[in-house]
Parts: sequence; structure tokens; C-alpha cells
Amino acid sequence: MTVSPELDARFRDAAAAEGLLDVAYDFADTPVGRLLVAVTDRGLCEISYDPEPERELEQLARGFGARVLRSPRPTDETRRQLDEYFAGERRAFDLPVDLRLARDFGRAVLDELALVPYGELTTYGALAAKAGRPRAARAVGTVMNRNPVPIVLPCHRVVGSTGALTGYAGGLDRKRTLLELEGALSPLR
Amino acid sequence: MMEAVSVPPFERFYEEQKAPVLAQLRRWLGGNDAEDAFQETFLRALRAYPNLEHGRHLKAWALTIARNVAIDTVRRRVATSADVPDIESVDELLPFEELRRLTADLPEKERAAVFLRYGHDLSYEEIGDALGSSSEAARQAASAGVRRLRRKELS
Repeated sequence: MTVSPELDARFRDAAAAEGLLDVAYDFADTPVGRLLVAVTDRGLCEISYDPEPERELEQLARGFGARVLRSPRPTDETRRQLDEYFAGERRAFDLPVDLRLARDFGRAVLDELALVPYGELTTYGALAAKAGRPRAARAVGTVMNRNPVPIVLPCHRVVGSTGALTGYAGGLDRKRTLLELEGALSPLR
Repeated sequence: MMEAVSVPPFERFYEEQKAPVLAQLRRWLGGNDAEDAFQETFLRALRAYPNLEHGRHLKAWALTIARNVAIDTVRRRVATSADVPDIESVDELLPFEELRRLTADLPEKERAAVFLRYGHDLSYEEIGDALGSSSEAARQAASAGVRRLRRKELS
């Protein structure tokens, strides 16, 4: 007995409209690939590159509660702003972000990261200093690597002290693509 | 081993149970009412989900919620209809209630097996899945339950 797409969509909408979900997620197709986008009632809680839903859903359930359901509507606003960003029409995201799982230093670093402007670069060391631990550049690298909402919190704008791109959870090609889009790097070749 | 079954993300529960739940609701209620009952079943499941303590017997759990929704639907039909109630649906649900009453005194596992076999029309393989045992064990539990009911009837 197959469930029609209409009936399926109707339930997924109703579940979100009734406020019964801990996490609603959907996928967004972008120039840097397919992203999984997840939101809670507090805001955007995850963007992931190369999503492996089976593993991601378990993780979301552990972090935010087991009522994790694919439901497009709650993620519409995030996906719209991502579209505008990739079209070059948006320089800042206007989205609430749910960072409840980030604590202490990690949280302080993400708060500072949110202030790095479009098209500008900063370094791991500078971010460490702003978060109150100037010698913790390496720890900042770890926080960047685990950034729950890349692109929206712009860890792609953080580079090594020599200006080398250094690393990116989504891969260096994506970091380069985002920085080129923002005009912070001239295209290679 | 059985203790370690954690509650899966709702998405996985829904994807696994949506087809059997809809099939069962169609059998009980027919077309449009089954679709409304489908949505209501999974909304109720979402409301109760945070209280689940483990991930065992989820199919039986989903079908139990569906059954309650179906019974509510039929009661509403009977209550709001000026005509003769939809005999076909009521007839299908009455034995269900009766089965529930008849099996009330059986040991838990036999009761579940009899109920799922004769009330929900599940295969022994599905019953085994729902109860976390083999299909053979499910078949034995169901037939032991039926033997016990027969003895009770005779005594």
C-alpha cells in the first residue's frame, strides 16, 4: 500500500504546523552541492555538506529530541536566503540560529564568527583573540571544523596566518568557491 | 541485546510504518476516512513519541494507535449519520473489540501474537518483527494462545 505524495506532504506540513517537531529538515540544492538544512523552534540548527541522512538524523535526534521529520515548510526561509546568497543578492543572513549544543569557548568563537563581514577574511588567531584566548588558534580550527551551520556562520572566511586557505569541513574547493562568490579571492587561473 | 533498542528518529519510524498503517486503515475504513485517520494516527504518534522508552514493538504500537483512531472514526460516523451506520466498517471493528475482551486474560506474548494475527491480520513474520522474536516463535505463541482460549471456552 503506497502512501500518495499528497497524503505524505499533508502529514509533514501538519506535523510542523502543530508544533510537534523537535527538528524539521529538508534538502537544498546549491552551487556547492546538496545540503541538509535543519531547524528547531529556536532557529537554524544544522547545515551539512554531503549529507548521509541515516547518520545525521541520529545525531539530530540525540542533540535536539527524537521527533526529527523531513518537513519542507519550516526550512523555506533558510533555503530562500541561501538561494539569494548564491545568486549574489544577499550579503548577510537574517536567520535565528540555534546554537544550544555549542558551549563555552566554542560558543564564544561562533558568536565572534557571526560578525566577520561578507567578502572579508580573518585568521584563526584573530578569532581566538576576539573570543578571549589569543593562543587558542588551533582550538578555533576545531570549532570551525564542527561549525553546525556553515555558510550562514561564515567559517569559510577564516584562513591561516599566512593567508593559506588551510582547511574546510566541506572541502577546500567549496571554501574557494564561497570566497570567490564573495569577491574575497580572485578566481584561480 | 533487546534492552539496547533505542527510539529511532521519527522520520525512520514514519517511513517504516506509513505503508502498513495506511493499508490497515483502508481495510477498516475505506477511502477518504482512511486518509484523515492516517494523518491523525501519526500526529498522535508524534505527541506520544517523547514518552516512548525503547524502540521495540513499534509496528504493534503504530497499529494500536491506528486502531484507536479507526474506532473513533467509526463512532463519529455512527453518531453523525442519520442513516443506518456503515455496517461494513462497524462489522469489521466489532470482532476486534471482542477479540480484545476474549484475549484479556492470556499471557502477554500470546495475547499480542493472537491479537496481531487475528485482529491485525499480520503474517507470522511481521508479528515476529513486532515482538522481537522469530516468525516460528510468533506462530507458536499464537497457537498456544488459541489453544488456551479453546480450553477456556470448554471449561
